[in-house]
Amino acid sequence: MASTKKVQELKKRREEAQQGGGEKAIQKQVAMGKMTARERIIKLLDEGSFNEYDMFVEHEARDFGMDRKKLHGDGVIVGTGNIGGRPVCIFAQDFTVAGGSLGFMHARKITKIMDHSLKMKMPLIGINDSGGARIQEGVNSLAGYGEIFFRNTLASGVIPQISVILGPCAGGAVYSPALTDFVFVVDKISKMFITGPEVIKTVLGEDITMEELGGARVHSEVTGNAHFFSETEDECFGQIKSLLGYLPRSNTDVPARKEIKEPLKKYDIAKVVPAEKKQPYDVRNVIRSITDGSDFIEVQEMWAANIVIGFGTLNGSTVGFVANQPLVLAGVLDVDSSDKAGRFIRYCDAFNIPIVTLVDLPGYLPGVDQEHAGVIRHGAKVLYAYSEATVPKITVILRKAYGGGYIAMNSRHLRADFVFAWPDAEVAVMGPEGAANIIFRKEIATAEDPEKMREQKVQEYKEKFANPYVAAAKGYIDSVIEPWETRKSLLHALEVSGEKSVGMPAKKHGIPPF
Amino acid sequence: MEQLEIGNAIYQTRLTSKFKNRKNWQRPDVRMVDAVIPGTIRKIMVKEGDVVTQGTPMLILEAMKMRNEIIAPIEGTIKKIHVSVGIQVPKGHLLIEFA
Repeated sequence: MASTKKVQELKKRREEAQQGGGEKAIQKQVAMGKMTARERIIKLLDEGSFNEYDMFVEHEARDFGMDRKKLHGDGVIVGTGNIGGRPVCIFAQDFTVAGGSLGFMHARKITKIMDHSLKMKMPLIGINDSGGARIQEGVNSLAGYGEIFFRNTLASGVIPQISVILGPCAGGAVYSPALTDFVFVVDKISKMFITGPEVIKTVLGEDITMEELGGARVHSEVTGNAHFFSETEDECFGQIKSLLGYLPRSNTDVPARKEIKEPLKKYDIAKVVPAEKKQPYDVRNVIRSITDGSDFIEVQEMWAANIVIGFGTLNGSTVGFVANQPLVLAGVLDVDSSDKAGRFIRYCDAFNIPIVTLVDLPGYLPGVDQEHAGVIRHGAKVLYAYSEATVPKITVILRKAYGGGYIAMNSRHLRADFVFAWPDAEVAVMGPEGAANIIFRKEIATAEDPEKMREQKVQEYKEKFANPYVAAAKGYIDSVIEPWETRKSLLHALEVSGEKSVGMPAKKHGIPPF
Repeated sequence: MEQLEIGNAIYQTRLTSKFKNRKNWQRPDVRMVDAVIPGTIRKIMVKEGDVVTQGTPMLILEAMKMRNEIIAPIEGTIKKIHVSVGIQVPKGHLLIEFA
């Protein structure tokens, strides 16, 4: 039995540590519209499940008067707990303690919990709210960042890693989130950049606010660095919880099975897609007409919206969806959409999540800006990711699949397991208009009425080649199905590929077109 | 709905702001000397009407604490100087125009 006196001392020490940076600093945090680090953890984790470690860690800095300063928990709270009944490791930087600055022991607390998450195979959640390196600790602070980045990389593809940006995250600090799987940002609270507005102003004369430079919207719409955007911290925690519901604990685990429900009646698959190939529609409605209970959680919704990626469930199991979005830029592949899809495919493959690909694209986006931005290299990411993926890979061609875009979107040639096509699908080197212009150039040019001849030839080409049967005749398409048969066909395909196993040549690792 | 033409077909779709804001490519004109980096004009060594040979130092553009000597890319007559000493210029800003 511990003596009453010793128990009293423990209580007192705990109480002190839980004060963080003290009343004044907490008031400041609240005034910024932010929760404290402890509140955030409590809100995010299942009730009563948080177990804190390293509460009594103290910094070792001696210079610049730091030896006289006590920093509770050294500015970061770490521990384990549950989300949706499944265990996670978590750390939250405490901005009220020395601005959440990262010193040597602060980093050691983080790396210790990271080591736990990798050893025990559970997701890691990092809440970032820090002014950056603790300058007083000099190179030791840099060492701390490096140790974190190294572990982020080791854990990549082994355990899900989630970064939540709930305050500033600047300079080198941004590289930990960048190395993790999913980055969550909150409007007006998150700020991420390598060099801040002040430096930019001095060196380059460009005048920009923090919000305009690296706010939540910028990273969700422009840079693609963030994956989930929300208006409030509460909404953000809700998003994290639902995302984790689709993910496994690690790459040797499978996601928890969900209840099987039929798609909602309001998403009628027969009516979503217009037969006219140049008319747009929202491909997310096709996804929702297929998934259990029409559930779908979209990743990077606001960036490169010409491709849609995200998770849903089929027969209770998590599936990753990759779909061209005709609603935006006609669903073309370009630099950003290739980058977005390529990374997501690799994510699914790393965590044994089957991939369903919905195809409807006119090809790649033409333009000097695209070519000069390296669309060759970026476009290759999609080919690489699909070819390399060994999880079950199923494709449904909804309407158009032209040229290089057809090959890239998980075609049979990249070892799709099943390729389905709807009766309206067109699989061809290019659309009828372009093809007729090339093949019948002479006839059109020499015709009495070139416009009429062009139309006639486009029609001819359409009748002959604009269908799924040319590809089906070669076995590139396994089955032509009616739209209403899509869910049924996918469920069956997933069921039979449950034990899929394919060999890959032995290698240390490939060289993807980063 | 906006329109996007690909492969001689016109698709009804939404265009992104990134797509709409893209710059149309233009062949660079050697007679137009632009700032290769944002910075401050520290010194101008030529004046309008000067005939210079290729490689003649024309001005000093200080950027990132480096003094960059901007030299004449061609032999010719300086038609117009678009900057003055002390001003800050963004990247791509026209500095000097040859005739």
